[in-house]
Amino acid sequence: MAFKRQVDRLPIIPADATEHNVTCHYCIVGCGYKAYTWPMNRQGGAAAGQNAFGVNLGEQQPTETEAWYAPSMYNIVRQNGRDVHLVVKPDTNCVVNGGLGSIRGARMAENRPSRVTNTQSQRLTDPLVWRNGVWQPSSWDDALDLVARVTARVVTEGSEDDLVVSMFDHGGSAGGYENTWATGKLYFQSMKIKNCRIHNRPAYNSEVHSTRDMGVGELNNAYVDYQLTDTIFMLGANSMETQTNLYLNHMVKGLQNGARMVVVDPRRTLTVASSEQFAGAENVLHLAINEGTDLALCNALLTEIVDKGWIDRDFIAASTFPEGVAVAEDEAHPASLGSLEHAMQACRMSLDEAAAICGVDAADIAKAAAWIAEPRADGSRRKCATAYEKGIIWGNDNYRTVGAIVNIALATGNVGREGGGVCRLGGHQEGYYRPADGHVGRPAEYVDQFLIRGLGGVHHIWACDHYKTTLNASEFKRVHKRRSDMVKEAIDAAAGGTREQVVDAIVSAINAGGLFVVDVDIIHSQIGQNAHVILPACESNEMNLTSMNGERRLRLSERYMDPFGNSRPDCLIAAGMAQHMERVLRDMGHADYADQFKGYDWTTEEDAFMDGYHQGNPEVTYDRLRAMGNNGVQEPVTGFADGKLVGVERLYADGAFDRHGRDDKKALFCAAGWRGWQAPGKAREQAAHRFWVNNVRANIFWQNQFLDQKNDFIQDRYPHPFVEMHPDDMVELGLNPGDLLEIVNDNGVTQGMAYPLPTIRRNTVAMVFGSPAGSQGNVVNPGVNELVLPDYKHCWGEIRKIADATEQTAKVSFKSHEAVL
Amino acid sequence: MKCTRLVDAGRRQFLRGSGVAAVGAAAAATVGAPAQAAPALARVAYPATRLANIADLTVNEPMDIAYPDADSPGVLLKLGQPVQGGVGPDGDVVAFSVLCPHKGWMLSYNGGDKTLNCPGHHSRFDCEAGGQQVWGHATQNLPQFALRVDDKGDIHADGVDELIYGRLSNVL
Repeated sequence: MAFKRQVDRLPIIPADATEHNVTCHYCIVGCGYKAYTWPMNRQGGAAAGQNAFGVNLGEQQPTETEAWYAPSMYNIVRQNGRDVHLVVKPDTNCVVNGGLGSIRGARMAENRPSRVTNTQSQRLTDPLVWRNGVWQPSSWDDALDLVARVTARVVTEGSEDDLVVSMFDHGGSAGGYENTWATGKLYFQSMKIKNCRIHNRPAYNSEVHSTRDMGVGELNNAYVDYQLTDTIFMLGANSMETQTNLYLNHMVKGLQNGARMVVVDPRRTLTVASSEQFAGAENVLHLAINEGTDLALCNALLTEIVDKGWIDRDFIAASTFPEGVAVAEDEAHPASLGSLEHAMQACRMSLDEAAAICGVDAADIAKAAAWIAEPRADGSRRKCATAYEKGIIWGNDNYRTVGAIVNIALATGNVGREGGGVCRLGGHQEGYYRPADGHVGRPAEYVDQFLIRGLGGVHHIWACDHYKTTLNASEFKRVHKRRSDMVKEAIDAAAGGTREQVVDAIVSAINAGGLFVVDVDIIHSQIGQNAHVILPACESNEMNLTSMNGERRLRLSERYMDPFGNSRPDCLIAAGMAQHMERVLRDMGHADYADQFKGYDWTTEEDAFMDGYHQGNPEVTYDRLRAMGNNGVQEPVTGFADGKLVGVERLYADGAFDRHGRDDKKALFCAAGWRGWQAPGKAREQAAHRFWVNNVRANIFWQNQFLDQKNDFIQDRYPHPFVEMHPDDMVELGLNPGDLLEIVNDNGVTQGMAYPLPTIRRNTVAMVFGSPAGSQGNVVNPGVNELVLPDYKHCWGEIRKIADATEQTAKVSFKSHEAVL
Repeated sequence: MKCTRLVDAGRRQFLRGSGVAAVGAAAAATVGAPAQAAPALARVAYPATRLANIADLTVNEPMDIAYPDADSPGVLLKLGQPVQGGVGPDGDVVAFSVLCPHKGWMLSYNGGDKTLNCPGHHSRFDCEAGGQQVWGHATQNLPQFALRVDDKGDIHADGVDELIYGRLSNVL
């Protein structure tokens, strides 16, 4: 039977419950929620005067009611040292989601750690130090002292290049302005660490270098633009699953207002299926291109648009680089940038050429070009909102493909205008505020390969888990484990020694090729298995946290409960680390170096916010953000007037493009010539194996799978990572639904659960990315682009059965995900 | 709504034995017995409601029902092959709430793959897998009504396994 909570009623929120602003911290959209807390010994009543909604709860409430919450929206948590009732429910007054909850955010309450209900008991409560062959709970001072002593020894005996750092750089879950500032101050100001990486890729770099180099920041429109547009042009993205309430609350309204939609994706996604339902199939054009050929398609679209004269000449003349090359192609720029004419020399591609490369009809490419750019009957601009995400970012030839997409938007004048925009849709929210990072370099170091090569001696990890989110993961895991085990063995051998003796033993092991690993996380992660010190962090709402969403909407998500156990906000962990570094370095006689670690005397996350983000944005304070509620303010914040923060609805409304830092404020076109497979090894692997192993995301646990590995509702649905396959391929391989299978190639092996899907192409599978129970990265080769952007999406392998469906998987529904109405 | 539905609390109490006598008594209270001063119960008291007779059902033809009261619409289904939680001689009779537990839209039945589908936001639930959400936005699987078939073939509902959309107590 399907998992059921057997909840037949819930405590009612009393009229005087405390209300808190909450921005869901899981995905980029940042839906508004309200949290209500009240004492354990009180409850509201059904009568209108006795509950927070002011309605008679003794009656059935209507569709879309505000006055209902699901059992997943309820919990009992600790607040100021006391247990309290908690309800976290969607905010009907938030313009982002309009009261819609997602399957992720509407479980925020249930996914809170609770001593009373035992939810999320996997959460870390105390610092853990590897001692006596196990992780021993310890004090913050003990743990941070060991971290500082080993780190200080390694960076002073070697250099700061021997400290490798994997750290979040985003907002929402992990990160946020408070925490990116604190870690940034520690590693980019007190130190100048260059061997660092971000949570989901093996280097410290932008996912969208080219759009920035072209002058166009990647989050340039407002969600309302999808309601106002004539055409939604989506590439390598699947918003119904991964920006759910952006799709439902904005894009669907656009479709219902008459917009058409072009979707470029090798797979028939749920976004395609749902859009056909909402808009009518005749208004949705799905270009199911061959994998990795987006660039050829975009160049053909641009060529068609230019040749038909559907370009915005006034906009091009006023806002784009007029003639020739502005930036030459070089090691840091995988394509030259300049005028439209210059770009066309490289980009020109006929419809027929593209049709042959992409495997779609030339007529459909022409149709897409018309839907995107053909002026309306009255000659006015066709509004087109363009959106892309990991299918492009983690796809073939990142730099040029992103550039080719932005080319189309610039050529048609669809940036900075109502109903336009050319945007990365995003994964996490944003929350980047750090000291300058120019010392990291471009291209940045390929950090995972750096570690595999045996380099680096200390590895600080902040809410990253390479085990689930790196490429070439099989090799990475083997090496990381071997190197960290050397240090564990050294610690074990030094058992009973003084702190100095243990540190000496660790440093000796490091000098012999070992790696000392410090893991800061909310749970004991998979890479955390290699750690020697584990530091427990807390999450958003266990601390105050500021972030901005995919339309740059900045909100303060308020603390409504205590950090679990002795866990702390990351910013205060970073501060503690800095303070211990200062003390240890001073003891070691490095007084000047020690002085660099001053300036962390924060006691709250607000202190970190004021020290960082507020310094660059002096109008913004916690009090002002709190007053702006769940609708917040769209960055950049330009002022404070009439008691409100003033922001910017959409960027570049004045036609001045500045993301590249050019004084002329002219946008640049990208000479994004098609060159086939860009990353090493892809063509050979494609030729060698039967199945293209696409990696995909799933609505149900996208961005919170680390918590959902201990959530019964989710584990009941997907006890193993799904691998969607055509039923005929399954028959050929002797696979039944729910059977366990493994995917094998030269890079490694991973496993999942066979899920039949008649709409997927033959010899293609779609495996969920980032699963704790089967890492797709195990079988992805090390190939990256010139700027070390991973091509996770292109991986080929063979598939074989491991086992019949287990008792658990046999009970799972294997029906199509597409609604039939 | 159907007017032939009976609240059969007494028979239910008899069938289920003394262990749930208190629940049965409370159910009786919902149909008009005078309330007595008694300790509050930890669980809501579900009425036992006759929904239909086995003979009324056709395979894969949904029948509109309501449970635990007229404001909580549901569907009664004979699926044609045994399913977990199915009752009746063929073990294939199930009943679900048809209010989507995401936002309360009315679900529609698709006989092609025996799912309930939401026109609002495209969530869907598998009637052959206990109402498991196949894909969607709800944070729970579909509330299923506990069924019992008596020796006359009458199908009675007497419980729900999840919170029904739009009510903070399954029995109002």
